[in-house]
Amino acid sequence: MNKFKFDWLILPALGVVIVLTLWHALAGKKVFNPTGDATELAAAIAAHPEAATIDKSRIAKLMTGPVTVEQTKALPADLWTSLASSFYEETRVGLIPDLPNVIETWVSSKPYIVDPWAKRGEMDQGILRFTWYSLVLVAQGYAIALVIGVPLGFFLGLSPTFTKMFDPLIQVLRPVSPLAWLPLGLVLFMRAGPEAGTYAALFTIALCGMWPTVLNTAVGVRAVPQDYLNVGRVLKLSRWKMLTKILIPATLPYMFTGFRLSLGIAWLAIVAAEMLTGRPGAGGFLWQEYNALIYEHIIFSILTIGVVGLILDRLMSLVEARFKAIS
Amino acid sequence: MAFLELNNVCKSFDGHNVLSNVNLSIADGEFVAIVGYSGQGKTTLISMIAGLTTPDSGEVRLEGNIVAGPGPDRGLVFQNYSLLPWLTVYENIALAVDQVFADWTAEKRRAHVDKYITMVKLSHAKDRLPKQLSGGMRQRVSVARTLAINPRILLLDEPLGALDALTRATMQDEIANIWQTERKTVVLITNSVDEALLLADRIIPLTIGPGATLGEAVPVRLERPRNRTALNHDPEFKRLRALVTNQLLGFNAARKTSITKKLIRPELLPEDLDLPRVNRPPRRLGEEKNETLSVA
Repeated sequence: MNKFKFDWLILPALGVVIVLTLWHALAGKKVFNPTGDATELAAAIAAHPEAATIDKSRIAKLMTGPVTVEQTKALPADLWTSLASSFYEETRVGLIPDLPNVIETWVSSKPYIVDPWAKRGEMDQGILRFTWYSLVLVAQGYAIALVIGVPLGFFLGLSPTFTKMFDPLIQVLRPVSPLAWLPLGLVLFMRAGPEAGTYAALFTIALCGMWPTVLNTAVGVRAVPQDYLNVGRVLKLSRWKMLTKILIPATLPYMFTGFRLSLGIAWLAIVAAEMLTGRPGAGGFLWQEYNALIYEHIIFSILTIGVVGLILDRLMSLVEARFKAIS
Repeated sequence: MAFLELNNVCKSFDGHNVLSNVNLSIADGEFVAIVGYSGQGKTTLISMIAGLTTPDSGEVRLEGNIVAGPGPDRGLVFQNYSLLPWLTVYENIALAVDQVFADWTAEKRRAHVDKYITMVKLSHAKDRLPKQLSGGMRQRVSVARTLAINPRILLLDEPLGALDALTRATMQDEIANIWQTERKTVVLITNSVDEALLLADRIIPLTIGPGATLGEAVPVRLERPRNRTALNHDPEFKRLRALVTNQLLGFNAARKTSITKKLIRPELLPEDLDLPRVNRPPRRLGEEKNETLSVA
């Protein structure tokens, strides 16, 4: 039991800590360089009503700079705010100065996490609300992908002629990135009016997410043991019964592997689609915050997208394992 | 007219001649065992009777009608059971029953399935999946599925091949019992002479390929029900067993060839370790030698 906990809790946690430390070490932080006259600054501090309570030893650093955010806490908050604008110049230092560090990211992202369903504006909503928008779109595109992909996979698996005709084409289309399909989608649905972006996004998700389902279903159909088919032949099952009673159940484990991979790709495509169409969602938020120069939220969005992707994959794995266990 | 007839049946795969000129005639209610070596076309032969493969030339007739494709009138028990892994014992049998007796009421079909599950003593396991069953139990399900569709002829393709010796013996007795009660025509494919002698009315050896065909039939006139232990001391059983075994071994001997191979004997003299390491070859005593090997 102990060993078990070590494997799935302690070691991954250790990994996270290492990466966070590395990130924090590389990231920059905000500092303030004094620009104004030191005497005036000292006078301004002394003039404050709470000047008597200020720790004198901590003020020295404020005079010479660079001053970190923690060091400014030596002064009452309202005093610092008034001083910062006239006596200091804000800048960033570190190995990669513009990369927000762990604490900055957390502080900046907190409002989105503690109030995940908030809706403060079109592009300023709680993270779960954004994720929900993305998930709804992914679900629609994914459904289209499965509805097209499964029959296509069956045709490929059942007919060698069909495979020879279309397999090369599929192999050409399969590696095309979502970013490449989206503009085509926008052109295709240009006349659809305000919903064009949605249709283009669905088009992209469906087209990119379809291939694993298609290929895995085809492989699964080809891998159905001849014995199972012989059982059907001896019983003289009709074509429809052969499909529903033998082919589909025998192919299900392969199909679910395809479904899982497809879902992963659909989730990849959503970010690209939202970025280019500017829809609200986890990916749209990311792009918007890049344009708004709030880099903390880029990292926050990446983490959100990753966690949601992981959860989706785990859920599909559970379903897949159930089907694998039977056959 | 014979119940099942094979006339000059030939079959080759990819230019490889598997069966040639197979002639067989089986009477209604007869239990025939076809005995032969592995990989000599036994399964091909039974697939052609079942209609799963078609002969290149010649014909298979069941009750005078040419067999053109598979059908439920010929119940095939597959070598590897071929149970559908996603269906329970009950559902596997019900799939066959529902298809063949589609005009029956649901109630009647259910009773029919239950009857055959009881017959193979699997009532306690009817809701289990095949993977939760032992090899012997799976084979019983497979037999029940085949018997339940009430075929005119039962084709058993090495049904006990994958079982351990003890289970195999039990299953042989069960097949004998089932045959006693159902009195169906049975074609049993096996590689065990004892199994054939225990169960069949007639044993037909299959010769060795390429172009295997059926050898001379050996009628088994041992009294039924046959008791495995008593049979072992029966002089007629011993005679038949020797006869069939020798016939099968004879096929093999006829095919024996010999090849001569040049061999180098692995005899070595101990090395003198005091000599320098370079140019210190091990000396061979035996040198080369020709040896003739018989290849089975």
